[in-house]
Amino acid sequence: MGLENNLWESLPDVVTVKLDAVINWARKSSIWPATFGLACCAIEMMNSVSARNDLSRFGAETFRASPRQADVMIVSGRVSRKMAPVLRRIYDQMPEPKWVISMGACATSGGVFDNYAIVQGVDKIVPVDIYIPGCPPRPEMLVHAITMLQEKIMKESVKDRYDTFEEESRKSIVPGTLPVTEGTALEKETEIEVAQNKVSRPYTIPSRHERRKSS
Amino acid sequence: MADTAVLLEFVEKLKAENAAWVADVKNALGEVTVFVPRESIVDVCWVLKTKHGFDMLADLCGGDRGPEEDPRFEVNYHLFSTRHHNRLRLKVLLSEDAPNLGTVTTVWKTADWHERETYDLVGVIFDGHPDLRRILLPSDFDGHALRKDYPLRGYEPYSLS
Repeated sequence: MGLENNLWESLPDVVTVKLDAVINWARKSSIWPATFGLACCAIEMMNSVSARNDLSRFGAETFRASPRQADVMIVSGRVSRKMAPVLRRIYDQMPEPKWVISMGACATSGGVFDNYAIVQGVDKIVPVDIYIPGCPPRPEMLVHAITMLQEKIMKESVKDRYDTFEEESRKSIVPGTLPVTEGTALEKETEIEVAQNKVSRPYTIPSRHERRKSS
Repeated sequence: MADTAVLLEFVEKLKAENAAWVADVKNALGEVTVFVPRESIVDVCWVLKTKHGFDMLADLCGGDRGPEEDPRFEVNYHLFSTRHHNRLRLKVLLSEDAPNLGTVTTVWKTADWHERETYDLVGVIFDGHPDLRRILLPSDFDGHALRKDYPLRGYEPYSLS
């Protein structure tokens, strides 16, 4: 005679609830994060699923290596410029509904790395639902962020999210390509000289990405 | 302090081969640095490898002395011999107007990625390199990050579009 037997006898045969409530309850109870550890925050992220902090109490312990099986992307650490297109691509590969947690000062605002190599906040690339401060935040703060995200999910409606991209995001980047900019002044100068057959320089050989974006 | 007499012998041998190859010699801290004109760096490397046993290119790196300096750029070659265990440094000075010199990938295969890194970060161009494109920075990067006049936050704020 376990608890479920008592429950079974006490519950009515039919329960009437809002569809939103049932779907949100199911969604919030199994938020599977995508593994996206980028720096020292990832150590705290790993610790949050350990026995001491036990993120599985909130249904978010199953870190998936594939973005196609994940619901929330925990961006834990600094996002470098070179990693930015990769991060965006992984976000695009996650199925709806999807959420993003920006963990730590670096992912939120660039942190102490105010330089050319680091993207100054992951919200320049993907929409962020929860920001966690701290350098790095404690595992408890990540657990708190997950529970805050669960509260947010409970307020959502199935009509809020769509499986289609917004027009804006469709334009922003074509999957599989990298952003295109003009070359450096030196490279432009050389391109002109090469076009005029003045010089032949091997570094004008297009890279793999350049070849892909031109075809 | 290591004895540099052995190393200076190699410099004398180089001078005997071609006096124009050695522009200057610096002997300090137990290390010998040979300043080589940029036209002859490939020949010097080839002779040092084939005739004098410097069969390993331990490092190849670039440097920026600042936009007010002339010559502005330098490229350093750290050679090592696995036979007689000596180390020799070659240095090529380059002006800002023509920051290009010959590639030594024909001498040591390992120079390939080192030269790509030097091109990527300092902007020195290696003529004849088989695949001279960026290796560390993103392929769409604007400028060369380790130049002294490169702004810390980059030329413009980053956005994906």
